[in-house]
Amino acid sequence: MTEPPPPLPWTAWREATITAVAPITPRVKSFRLAVDFADSVRAGQHVDVRLTAEDGYQAQRSYSIASAPDGSGTIELMIEALPGGEVSGFFAEVAAVGDAIELRGPIGGAFVWGPEDGGPLLLVGGGSGIVPLLAMLRLRARVAPEIPCRLIYAVRTRAEAIALAELEARARDEPGFGLSLLTTREGAARRIDADAVAGALAGLGDPARVFVCGSNPFVAAASELLLAAGIAPARIRTERFGG
Amino acid sequence: MATRGFTGRRPPETTRERLPPGQHLTDDFPVLQIGPNPPVDLATWRFTLREGARPIRSWTWDEFGALPRTRWGGDIHCVTKWSKFDTAWEGVSFDDLMAAAGIAAPTDFLLAEGYDDYTTNVPVADLVGGKGMVATHYDGRPIPPDHGGPARLLVPHLYFWKSAKWVKGLRFTQKDEAGFWELRGYHMYGDPWREQRFDGD
Repeated sequence: MTEPPPPLPWTAWREATITAVAPITPRVKSFRLAVDFADSVRAGQHVDVRLTAEDGYQAQRSYSIASAPDGSGTIELMIEALPGGEVSGFFAEVAAVGDAIELRGPIGGAFVWGPEDGGPLLLVGGGSGIVPLLAMLRLRARVAPEIPCRLIYAVRTRAEAIALAELEARARDEPGFGLSLLTTREGAARRIDADAVAGALAGLGDPARVFVCGSNPFVAAASELLLAAGIAPARIRTERFGG
Repeated sequence: MATRGFTGRRPPETTRERLPPGQHLTDDFPVLQIGPNPPVDLATWRFTLREGARPIRSWTWDEFGALPRTRWGGDIHCVTKWSKFDTAWEGVSFDDLMAAAGIAAPTDFLLAEGYDDYTTNVPVADLVGGKGMVATHYDGRPIPPDHGGPARLLVPHLYFWKSAKWVKGLRFTQKDEAGFWELRGYHMYGDPWREQRFDGD
């Protein structure tokens, strides 16, 4: 009998094979990657991805994990193709099932939620900032559905909303979860505002944890609104994309 | 291992030699922080040097503004992999702070402390000799709150999480004590040129 090798530390680069690719929106694709740490991911964490060209040139980026531990031995990333994106462009146009991708993680200890953190839980996402919040929603549904939760999700259009069908199904089927979808470029063309925050809080009560993720201006605006609504700063965690 | 089909978009050689490993150049100034900007009122703002819990010296905003000024220009590197070139800062150097307090650094290590209760550790050796300052101006203007104003630590040769935003003081410690991110697996020192992102790098 041989002992199984000890697990690699989370800081070690390892090769992960892409097991599935699926379009999510016109600009976002989902990638499932087989990793040895899938069961230890905390909702909200990210991985670092490193691509290497034939001549040794490398590029690194960070991507949030959309999945919660689900026994599949994989994590899900949702990667938006940015204009001129060196790494996101590779994922949009080249990456396919069977490719080996170098990554390490899971990373991050501030923007994380677990059932031990309790609730009520308020999630505020803009655009692709929904991805780490989706991991929290998936974890809550699996292990702590009794924790009240609201999601305010601001997107330009419904077509650009990530995982909209899943979010609307959760809002319909999961007692204790409510969704406020704000479309900024169609319909009522509504941005996040004091009324949107008040509406979410009215159905939720005083949140024990608040997570805000999105572009820099979105997170700045949402943070101000949350503070103005009387939420204690120490309960609010933020993560900003871009740059 | 080469990644199938990845060619990369190499920056010009003049850019590449200024980029630490794993970094890419941005023209924006991204904002990274763990929570909302804390409210900081200049009327009650204090900057305090402590040795452990004991205050050594404290300055009001006006007193701080009367200290000698230092300018620094150059490149900054964030652990989230962006670098920004040719940034321009102004503030009070660590050397001038020590001189104004009339002391030499009492220990070899310190924790920078922010108004948001963020902390990060920096060796004194990485602040002396003009290597670190408490900056109040960026690009000729007061630092906006999103970038850590009214005052932030600036230790530009280390990853930028060491340059604590909304800094309210420096606490000298007997040994090298981990701060907020260092307790969560980030590197104790954080040299971008050795790619010291995480514990063990």
